[in-house]
Amino acid sequence: MDWQLAWDSLGPIVRGAILGTIPLSLISFALGLVLALGIALARMSSIRALSAAARFVISVVRGTPLLVQLFVIFYGLPSLGATIPPWPSAVIAFSINVGGYGAEIIRAAILSVPAGQWEAGYTVGMSRATTLRRIILPQAARVSVPPLSNTFISLLKDTSLASLILVTELFREAQKIAAFSQEFMLLYIEAALVYWVICLGLSALQNLLEKRLDRYVARA
Amino acid sequence: MSHEPESSSPAPGASSSGFGVPPIGSGADPLLRATGLRTSFGSLDVLKGVDLEVRRGKVLVLIGPSGSGKTTVLRALNALTPPQAGVIDLDGERIDFAAKLSKRETAAQRAVLRDASGMVFQHYNLFPHKTVLENVIEGPVIVQKRPRDEAIATATALLERVGLASKRDAYPFELSGGQQQRVGIVRALALRPKLLLFDEPTSALDPEIVGDVLTIMSELAHEGWTMVVVTHELAFAREVADEVAFLDGGVVVERGTPAEVFTNPQEPRTREFLDRLLRPLE
Repeated sequence: MDWQLAWDSLGPIVRGAILGTIPLSLISFALGLVLALGIALARMSSIRALSAAARFVISVVRGTPLLVQLFVIFYGLPSLGATIPPWPSAVIAFSINVGGYGAEIIRAAILSVPAGQWEAGYTVGMSRATTLRRIILPQAARVSVPPLSNTFISLLKDTSLASLILVTELFREAQKIAAFSQEFMLLYIEAALVYWVICLGLSALQNLLEKRLDRYVARA
Repeated sequence: MSHEPESSSPAPGASSSGFGVPPIGSGADPLLRATGLRTSFGSLDVLKGVDLEVRRGKVLVLIGPSGSGKTTVLRALNALTPPQAGVIDLDGERIDFAAKLSKRETAAQRAVLRDASGMVFQHYNLFPHKTVLENVIEGPVIVQKRPRDEAIATATALLERVGLASKRDAYPFELSGGQQQRVGIVRALALRPKLLLFDEPTSALDPEIVGDVLTIMSELAHEGWTMVVVTHELAFAREVADEVAFLDGGVVVERGTPAEVFTNPQEPRTREFLDRLLRPLE
């Protein structure tokens, strides 16, 4: 075991996490959530075309590999004249991915709020949009935190795929050092541990968030 | 109209004015007149042409067996379940449900009905993610754009009036059913509606607390609120109603004063229903 190498490589790997993996995940997740809410609302719309379009997007996102989506955007689009740099390509692919998976989570969460809550909103004079924003979504948010946390954790790990379109992030740093030093086992285990530590932090944040959102729910 | 915060006794049974009746006047013309309300769900006709009148400052109680359409009538009056046909005249405005209207016009019509009424639900339907106070001021502040301070003062006075001042900052799950329903009533009152609608407000409550809620409702009636109440509480209907309408099979079978309907029902179906309710074991 080369402890010196393990220690020396930690710097670049953590830098890859801080400059690549983490911001890439945060930005993609934030954009993806906005997209997910839009797709969920479109999917529940009474306008047929809108609902069909949403269903199509969800189907494509869930039915094709993320790696293929990434390659289509980064390596495929240039042949149509649209060349997008690595970082934006990754953000686009990951956001759409979160949008597709998140849409179904948000839709289920909205549907889980009892119809009486919509009615109560209407009877205090609210429009549909106001009821959605002030009454339904806050309650749906509570229900959707656990599954959306799963999505976020998956996303964080999936950003390692961005190494294949030349984004500098955690795993690409580990790969570079592994190729140079030929210490594959050491570097890849080290990368895995760093991912794990980040995910432990995320789980802790999830717990805090759930506690906060559960303050208005009776505990058995 | 300003609502004076007042410091009356917090007990729900205490009687003093303090719910602040909105200025709808009184007079011969009804506040609301519904004509020919028809509602069907698929092939099931729930309302087959219901006519009714709600007079200013009076209490109309709807009774009838389950499935008779009484709740559907109530939900037609604030367009929660808009009928397919029928007309509602409300304080000078006319809503024709059969008219072919754009989405915007339909929304405007529903807004007329909803802005005029406050609703109390069987299962309270409080907003679980908001405190008692937030539940009450949500409509006044967010929809009616009243100053927050004023809305809080009004809400606090109303909560005090129903004995829940100390629960202002509690969440609904921390309250008993009876307390939640009192908040439900206060939430409706805080909108200062011309018309209060009650959909079986005591049906989900434990028997020993039904009285608390009914007492508040009688006080509202005595203060001159205009109310439409769907209920199985015949004693309440007899004592508080100005008019009783008996529904069965989607039509108003009989209507009159409580004395007329309860003491001397004209229709066999009314008699049968009252018999079953008053002597369930025979």
